[in-house]
Amino acid sequence: MPLDTIWVVAEPAGDSLTTTSLELLTHARTLATTVAAVSWGANADARARVAGEYGASTLYDVGELAGALPGAPVAYALAALAAATPPDAVLVPTSYDGRDVAARLSARLDRPVLTNVSGLSDEGGLVTEHQVFGGTQVVRARFTGDGPAIIVVRAKSFAAEPTGGAPAAIVAAPSGDVGPVGTARIVTSHAEERTGPQLEDATVVVSGGRGLGDAGSYALVEELASLLHGAAGASRAIVVGQTGKTVKPTVYIALGISGATQHMVGMKGAKNIVAINKDPDAPIFQIADLGIVGDVHKILPAVIEAVKTHG
Amino acid sequence: MNVVVCAKQIPDPAAPQSLDAQHNLDRTGKLILDEADTYGVEMALQLVDKAGGGEVTVVSMGSAQDVAGLRTALAMGAAKAVIVSDDSLRGTDALGTAKVLAAVVRRLQPDLVVAATESSDGYTGTTPVQLAELVGLPSITFAKSIEVNGSTVTVQRQTEAGFDEVTAPLPALVTVTAGVVEPRYASFKGIMAAKSKPVEVLSVADLGLEGQVGSAGARQVITEVVTADARQSGEKYVDDGDGAARVVAFLESIKVL
Repeated sequence: MPLDTIWVVAEPAGDSLTTTSLELLTHARTLATTVAAVSWGANADARARVAGEYGASTLYDVGELAGALPGAPVAYALAALAAATPPDAVLVPTSYDGRDVAARLSARLDRPVLTNVSGLSDEGGLVTEHQVFGGTQVVRARFTGDGPAIIVVRAKSFAAEPTGGAPAAIVAAPSGDVGPVGTARIVTSHAEERTGPQLEDATVVVSGGRGLGDAGSYALVEELASLLHGAAGASRAIVVGQTGKTVKPTVYIALGISGATQHMVGMKGAKNIVAINKDPDAPIFQIADLGIVGDVHKILPAVIEAVKTHG
Repeated sequence: MNVVVCAKQIPDPAAPQSLDAQHNLDRTGKLILDEADTYGVEMALQLVDKAGGGEVTVVSMGSAQDVAGLRTALAMGAAKAVIVSDDSLRGTDALGTAKVLAAVVRRLQPDLVVAATESSDGYTGTTPVQLAELVGLPSITFAKSIEVNGSTVTVQRQTEAGFDEVTAPLPALVTVTAGVVEPRYASFKGIMAAKSKPVEVLSVADLGLEGQVGSAGARQVITEVVTADARQSGEKYVDDGDGAARVVAFLESIKVL
């Protein structure tokens, strides 16, 4: 018997919703009779159209946040909605704001939250799957007790497929006074210049880890990525694995990366993996199609030269 | 300005890891300070320095049999540590951990709470913000930099596109990403001083949280642990000058070049 109701936290992306939100809406349809999206931002009509196309019948709209970080106001709206008519589960995308929303909702409802979920099925109740130890083992878990299950799902765990459904009905979500916890404000937004494909869409991803050392070496990672028309998969801030960044490129080139557990979960879906590391026992070699034990500072410049002159 | 840094002692990530019979991470071996927490400790020390007064307190939960990891933070310059340690905490989930840490933060009344974005062992990534909600603090996650001016904290917060400048009034909670600052190495003097710095050990009863935390409060159960579809390793070579050529040949074979 399917579940009754699942809500999906549907993050705005321009006039649409993020890809992970669409993946969650798609999967929620297979689990529950009724799927609703909970969203925020400008232009609710456009978001309701997209949410409907992916299977939501209702879009609970928190509205514009006037510069507030979404975590507190969206969690408060969800908690107020759940107090009236609790859903069986709330699915949340793994993202910068998604984890904030899930964490605040969890504390407010006094319900646990399961994160880093990469599989979700109904087996007489929801069963979540989590990859641990670099994806070598899968933990399966269930919620106990009453109240909604709060589940934070990694990107690319499910495919996003439209149903061609009608626009979701827009229902204004209660906003109310969030109080001191809602006082974090975005003052300005800065976009960093980016050339080449987005990390998530790139067919070639080149990543550099701690074994690479200084920032100068990181420029070489970016150079190789650019020469191969790919994306650089790690910087000091954006790292594959962290924040649930998941990539599935044709080839993933890991330079000086030992293979920490989050990192492995984020990239082991690559079709091919090339690893260069000076430590012959680095875990990354257990999953690499081609492993080179050696000094990345010598090999990387030589690879770049060879690719440049490649005819 | 007084800053609390939430820190976790974890099994050395470089050592093999396993789950015990109760599906909890095996923590019986040597524990170290999570490297992810060294960034928060360093950032907190710098903020207190800049403010010209106050101290850094490290707050943790877990076994107090071995506090070498907390001593690492004290050796870096933190003034004292508080660890909540209790047999009844075995099996505590992220929300339960947040309840325990929140009880300590309420006692200490800091101006700022700093935590890592996620731990390197469990990487649940929700405990800090759950703590903020329980204490009633605004939170800013994924900080690339933190500045405090008077009673306002200003953070460069990582976003998909770049970063946002985000402000919040103190008291507040901020989570930091790796690389936010370069953690200092403890000096010999620091290591010696750390030995006599106070490490307060509290029980669940001390915090009045009996029955609310631990596996009884977790309300989630691991039903099974299965081996994932293994990804076969391919060929591994020790570079003897032909490493680059092998990489290029491989890229050609899969038609990336």
